[in-house]
Amino acid sequence: MQHVDGNALAGPFADFFSFDVTTATARCNGCGSVGELARAMVYRSGAGTVVRCSTCDHVLATLVETGDRAWISLSGVSAIEVRRG
Amino acid sequence: MSEVSTPGATATPAASAALRAVPRSGWHVATVAAARRETPNASRLELEVDGWPGNAAGQHLDVRLTAPDGYTATRSYSIASSGPGTRVTLAVDKLPDGEVSPYLVDEVRAGDMLEVHGPLGAFFVWAPVAETGDARPVQLIAGGSGVVPLFAMAQAHGDADDPVPFRLLYSARTPDDVYFAGELQRLVGASAPFRLDLVYTRRAPEGWRAPAARITRETLEAAVFPAAEQPRVYVCGSTGFVERVADWLVELGHDPRSIRTERYGGT
Repeated sequence: MQHVDGNALAGPFADFFSFDVTTATARCNGCGSVGELARAMVYRSGAGTVVRCSTCDHVLATLVETGDRAWISLSGVSAIEVRRG
Repeated sequence: MSEVSTPGATATPAASAALRAVPRSGWHVATVAAARRETPNASRLELEVDGWPGNAAGQHLDVRLTAPDGYTATRSYSIASSGPGTRVTLAVDKLPDGEVSPYLVDEVRAGDMLEVHGPLGAFFVWAPVAETGDARPVQLIAGGSGVVPLFAMAQAHGDADDPVPFRLLYSARTPDDVYFAGELQRLVGASAPFRLDLVYTRRAPEGWRAPAARITRETLEAAVFPAAEQPRVYVCGSTGFVERVADWLVELGHDPRSIRTERYGGT
């Protein structure tokens, strides 16, 4: 399955976070690298969205949505830095 | 200036100003004001979006279509326009077996309504040096319909009469497949410094300087700002195109932190 990059997270995550996730930087639990979520690899399918570290392929986050509920996991991220303007 | 910060680092004033300039996203009702062919395989849609807060050059929006049975399909499309106002331009390529693009390219008519979510994304964006303070040259590299957000940046650069040197390297199948052909030619002649390098992969115009061929590492190197000039680079196209180009740029000495990419997936 072909991936896109983290720019594609802007829409799906905008309903849940009050900041733009693509410019937020995240630290990967797998390898410790830090980078903007826009640089992550994103796999989208009917089942949901999987976000992987572009350095080590570790799963950073997952998002599954149904009509009236959503499940978000950030289990692969140890910290997120958000810039407040 | 580093574009990857570490936890605890503070944003530069310029970066904060750029972030503040990006309005909050939301769901909006868009009315199709005009729909016309852009290329044999793509349409240009002018949308009038109720409550649209304006958008930065390079941002995208999500279009959601809902079937009578409640099934929904959402797809992301880059915005070809920027600035304040409620008018938004899209250029949509028809994907074989697509769920949304065939409707947008072949079926949509003026007066039709769409649900859109945006403006989205603050990473793959460009703003004039007067706002960001970043005077490095800008290299844009487009594969096919990946030119859409890069055209928005080039148009914003021309509209602002921005002094930063801009180049666009644009790979298209044939002359008929070039998006915004007239607008790009006008930008070449405008006062803001802008150079256009077209590469044709299937059929070149009569008398063109090179036979039709895909971009190679050598043609890339010859057309882009050298790494020594520390350009900011924006690459948009299919996943395969973006990965090839980004790998070559790094091999040619470009700083990975200065390369921003937007992949749109398959072919």
